[in-house]
Amino acid sequence: MTVASKIAADPRLDGLTVPAGGWPTTARSSALMRLQTMGLPVKRDEYWRYTDPSALVCEAPLPCDPLQTSTPIFGTIDKTRLVFVDGVFDAEQSDNPDLAGVEITRLSEVNDLDLHWAQGLYGKLEEAGQSPVARPLAALNTAQATEGMLVRVTGKPKKPLHISYRQSSKTSEAILHHVIKVEAGAELTLLETGTPGARSNVVLEVDIADGGTLHHIRPQGRAHGRHVATHLFARVATEATLKSFTMSLNGQLTRNEIVTEIVGDDAAVHVGGACVGDGDAFHHDDTVFITHDAVNCESRQVFKKVLRNGATGVFQGKILVKAGAQKTDGYQISQALLLDGDSQFLAKPELEIYADDVACSHGSTSGAIDEDAMFYLRSRGVPEKEAQNLLVIAFLGEALDEIENEDLAADLQSRLEAWFSRHST
Amino acid sequence: MLEIKNLHVQLEDEDKQILKGVNLTVGAGQVHAIMGPNGSGKSTLSYVLSGKSGYEVTDGTAILDDVDLLDLDPEERAAAGLFLAFQYPVEIPGVGNMTFLRTAVNSQRKARGEDEMSAGDFLKFIREKAKSLKIDADMLKRPVNVGFSGGEKKRNEILQMAMLEPKMCILDETDSGLDVDAMKLVAEGVNALRSEGRSFLVITHYQRLLDHIKPDVVHIMADGRIIKSGGPELALEVENNGYADLLAEVA
Ligand SMILES: Nc1ncnc2c1ncn2[C@@H]1O[C@H](COP(=O)(O)OP(=O)(O)O)[C@@H](O)[C@H]1O
Ligand SMILES: [Mg+2]
Repeated sequence: MTVASKIAADPRLDGLTVPAGGWPTTARSSALMRLQTMGLPVKRDEYWRYTDPSALVCEAPLPCDPLQTSTPIFGTIDKTRLVFVDGVFDAEQSDNPDLAGVEITRLSEVNDLDLHWAQGLYGKLEEAGQSPVARPLAALNTAQATEGMLVRVTGKPKKPLHISYRQSSKTSEAILHHVIKVEAGAELTLLETGTPGARSNVVLEVDIADGGTLHHIRPQGRAHGRHVATHLFARVATEATLKSFTMSLNGQLTRNEIVTEIVGDDAAVHVGGACVGDGDAFHHDDTVFITHDAVNCESRQVFKKVLRNGATGVFQGKILVKAGAQKTDGYQISQALLLDGDSQFLAKPELEIYADDVACSHGSTSGAIDEDAMFYLRSRGVPEKEAQNLLVIAFLGEALDEIENEDLAADLQSRLEAWFSRHST
Repeated sequence: MLEIKNLHVQLEDEDKQILKGVNLTVGAGQVHAIMGPNGSGKSTLSYVLSGKSGYEVTDGTAILDDVDLLDLDPEERAAAGLFLAFQYPVEIPGVGNMTFLRTAVNSQRKARGEDEMSAGDFLKFIREKAKSLKIDADMLKRPVNVGFSGGEKKRNEILQMAMLEPKMCILDETDSGLDVDAMKLVAEGVNALRSEGRSFLVITHYQRLLDHIKPDVVHIMADGRIIKSGGPELALEVENNGYADLLAEVA
């Protein structure tokens, strides 16, 4: 008897080597070995059942015209900006990175800098997130990335840190790996915006110590042809808070994975997303895995998608409550508004619970616009398109409500409104 | 003002005729009431006039001041001056009442080629109207009709009517489910809007609303037709004797 296994070497990985450069090399080599065991994802993998990864792993990125941006997002918000162009840090376009309460080191410059805190995390949270489900693109990222920021938050900086991506080349490939360590009691707002490259693979490893807080707000780039894979790996300690929100307008293929492990009591994790997809080339996938391994913690997943003209949305979300994680309060909702019969939403909500004293709920809906509400609005004189936009934005607004900072939320809301007024015919 | 002739309507999905030749003319400045048993087609008439989908007009016309309503989209009918206070106002989560009203007012102005109302003027206008209907600031901020009591929903309908200043107002059982005080408020709201250039079609089951909003003409509708029209005394007759005698008369 033979046992089928995936260990067969993936020919696509032949000849892949790891870039040299200081202590991360060890993590890179280990990631490459792990990757060779896993192989790159293929459509028949269970975890890629709803999303074809081909464009994310084919040899060269599919070309994508960079977006000619008009008004930069969060333009009126005071922040410290770190700019990456086609996946490479651009110091000239960036702000001076001396933000009180934060230590920032560029990954490509670590060499043998003694960054103990980062050495213990780099590639480690990614590796921990490979079980129970393999995430080969994240291992690929750890093995290959030479750019990114290592950010240690020791205080409560007055303004957000802004990682701003720009794409200038039609065929650029951006592989970025950031590590954020929020020390005990510290608090950071991290903005991550824009299109990193024609194709991009971004990993964010986040470690939040006791009582620390990270607000992560990520309006993804609006370049139409972009292909993006992101992973957020987070470890959340006692009384710590993680809030991460992603908005996606446009883009061809997006796979956003969020993997968080709650390891300390009384912690909270809120993740959410609003997505607008237009056209049959659009495919957007949120894949979330939240593990509760502590007592009295709360997690929330709120994901909303508006899909039209044949767009596809995917949600795979899981709450795993380990034995002993009593008093867990887990909530998950994924909803799609389908503006026509050609668009589709594929959802796989899951709960796996090994503790008896928990309150967990999940729900998933997909449906058309409420015709009664449409008629009501129109009977008051609101034209059809405008009425539809009002209802669509109201629908997404319930996801935007997850964002605590009202100025940031308002900026995202106005982006949405502008998108819909531009795209109404 | 409003002239409905020989209106025949059936359901779009089902071979079921609901309006079987409605004739009704409401003159400028007049108040007409429609009464009639449940299921006689009163709400259907109001929906068809407003342009709700799901109904098919198989015959007849409805003209509002030279405008043929039945060819228009609902928003065009609204801009032409038609307003329906819904029997069951719709809840719209996520859309603030105030945003909704401002969008509606300005959409209609735009459609009529008028300037949009400034934010300041709008606020002043809505505060004044809301106050007379005892609608507080909180109700204006909340999502449209969400979590409103029955009475609040109906007052919100009248607020919209006051803000939009239509020519032809249809009120579909605006009094049902209201206590006496709430009904008085609604009636006062309506009476405040009465003018030479504005007409009302008031659908109701009860004489008591008509004590407050004095109708010029009362119509009785049954099985998709107006079976009898008369003065205010007709409403009293219904109140006292029910519909049985009237139905028997025409049978
Ligand atoms: N959309 C619809 N689908 C099925 N039946 C309907 C629909 N609209 C109206 N009807 C039917 O038409 C008749 C008239 O209804 P309606 O206009 O609501 O009456 P009223 O308002 O006078 O009580 C009723 O028999 C009702 O069931
Ligand atoms: Mg009715």
